Amino acid sequence: MSTPSDQSSAQVPDAAGRFGDFGGRYVPETLVHALDLLAQEYETARGDANFQAELDELLKNYVGRPSPLTFARRLTEHCSGAEIWLKREDLNHTGAHKINNTLGQALLTMRMGKKRVIAETGAGQHGVATATACAHFGLECIVYMGEEDIRRQAPNVFSMKLLGAEVRPVTSGSRTLRDAINEAMRDWMGSVESTHYILGSVVGPHPFPQIVRDFQSVIGRETVEQCRTQFKGLPELVVACVGGGSNAAGMFYPFIEHQDVALVGVEAGGRGNEPGQHASPLTYGRPGVLHGSFSYVMQDEDGQTCDVHSMSAGLDYPGVGPEHSYWKSTGRVSYTSCTDDEAMHAFDTLARLEGILPALESSHALAQAMQLAGKRSTDERIVVCLSGRGDKDASEIARLKGESFG
Amino acid sequence: MSAIDQLFTELRSKNRKALMPFVTAGDPDLDFTSAVIQKMVGSGASLVEVGIPYSDPIADGPVIQASYTRALENNVKLAEILNMLGTVAPQVSAPLVTMVSYAIIYRHGLEKYADELVQRGVSGMIVPDLPVEESSRLSEECRARDLSLVQLVTPTTPPDRALRITETSSGFLYYVSVAGITGERTELPADLVERVAWLREQTPLPVCIGFGISQPEHVRLLFPVADGLIVGSAIVRRVAKAVDSGREKTLDEVGKYVASLVAALK
Ligand SMILES: Cc1ncc(COP(=O)(O)O)c(C=O)c1O
Repeated sequence: MSTPSDQSSAQVPDAAGRFGDFGGRYVPETLVHALDLLAQEYETARGDANFQAELDELLKNYVGRPSPLTFARRLTEHCSGAEIWLKREDLNHTGAHKINNTLGQALLTMRMGKKRVIAETGAGQHGVATATACAHFGLECIVYMGEEDIRRQAPNVFSMKLLGAEVRPVTSGSRTLRDAINEAMRDWMGSVESTHYILGSVVGPHPFPQIVRDFQSVIGRETVEQCRTQFKGLPELVVACVGGGSNAAGMFYPFIEHQDVALVGVEAGGRGNEPGQHASPLTYGRPGVLHGSFSYVMQDEDGQTCDVHSMSAGLDYPGVGPEHSYWKSTGRVSYTSCTDDEAMHAFDTLARLEGILPALESSHALAQAMQLAGKRSTDERIVVCLSGRGDKDASEIARLKGESFG
Repeated sequence: MSAIDQLFTELRSKNRKALMPFVTAGDPDLDFTSAVIQKMVGSGASLVEVGIPYSDPIADGPVIQASYTRALENNVKLAEILNMLGTVAPQVSAPLVTMVSYAIIYRHGLEKYADELVQRGVSGMIVPDLPVEESSRLSEECRARDLSLVQLVTPTTPPDRALRITETSSGFLYYVSVAGITGERTELPADLVERVAWLREQTPLPVCIGFGISQPEHVRLLFPVADGLIVGSAIVRRVAKAVDSGREKTLDEVGKYVASLVAALK
């Protein structure tokens, strides 16, 4: 049996936003006061039963939580090893875990009396989830998105517009998630008194990594409960993909104290391990500063952020949340990566064997789980965080496979 | 006493103010940056801020961002920038400070970066993404070497926090005129003069205003309440013409522009 023992993890971050050595707040002075106010507002909200009740009600009746834990029977047979179970964040309203965070932050936005929201997005799932929360509450919404991501996640771009959000293309740098965060930060520099920035992952300056982790932890809390009812115990292994790391942090955090459960985070291995070919800072990077936080990052010897690659827009990011760096340093979570090809193979396999189209991001976790399942005995269980659905990826997959779409 | 302390002691004793232009290192190359620094000092600049190009400058507007991108595309390296500064520093009468992201300093090593500035005759640094809470280690390294670590106060900084920042800043205090990114602005905030005047009464530290300043009228409006004025994007925009309009012509234009702002200081 697992025992709650690792108390230290419950106490991070500290008041300065440190997870061990990682985290902190490396931002221009212009933003510091707003981050202080956000941290205070979040502390008050956290202790406010009404806030929690309102969020719970939204998660239940608007998002459709709890999301199911599905046994993947044919996939398990195919891998001939441990049982594979899927935590179905793809079945949430808007099709991914991102909505758990955006509803929470939208409630915070209103508590702070702000009426305008900005966000960045990579895969577009966070953009859609932010646009959705803003439509639901009548908030103005502007989403920054790299041009390359606008191309490869076109369906989500159109959804955001239908939901009343303005999508602003970002043409600087690599035209992906990293540049979208830069642009959102720049907007916030000039709008901070009237605008809340709904950051979409466990990255950025304190208190974002904590707030996003806490809002996403509903994933792990439900999973613990569902495992106890559906298979009368906890799994041996839990696997999640890591872009910025929010679905993984939300899934892992409630499991941290259960030392017998092994936790595996999967980064994007892209086309291989040469620099520029992958997006795996925890595997190949080193600690440094990016986007307001001290964490593992892909940088050159001068501290310039490197270009990275993943076919999956949501994982195509050179940094990672500071709590993952902390979990890597304590050894509580192990991190690995899967290539584009492995993820694509996992996507195809799940589609045909289970009738589920996973997001390309989630397919990375799935690929790792399939490999691990084969090496483990049939009485063990692996839970995979299926962070989102793959409909948004259909046209990009057609392009990658050289097939015509439609 | 650091070179910047000396500069402001002298200026204050003569009741004069500083013009402090900014230039991006390596745009379009380091030879030209060196020439621009010399030209600006020759035209009356009291101190020059040298921007170390960074890939993800979130406090910068389009003009400075684009200059960083051009410099990095030309593959300028930190070591070469520091060497250029080492050559130019002894040739100019004005102190030089680097404007540099903490991402770069951390990667290079705090001690090593501070040591190298001292070796090159650079007087200090401004680290726009390092708020006071995170600055104690770098602050110690700077203090130990008589380097100035200039900190920033902005319109969003509450008064008690501003006072705390004045206590840790050294060299001068950088008052950011607007809540926002760098870039030229036609209008400056109405209460700017009042805010700076208040702050300047609270601290013996020189207070210099930056962000948005580009016109002689701005200079005339602000210099009475400040110890110095910082001009960035307006310089960088002019320097950016070097490739198309030719270097001599660009240098000449930058020199004249700086001289026009210096003239407005009186
Ligand atoms: C379905 C899905 N999974 C995962 C991610 C990666 O983000 P994170 O690592 O924060 O969960 C994204 C990001 O867009 C996503 O859309």
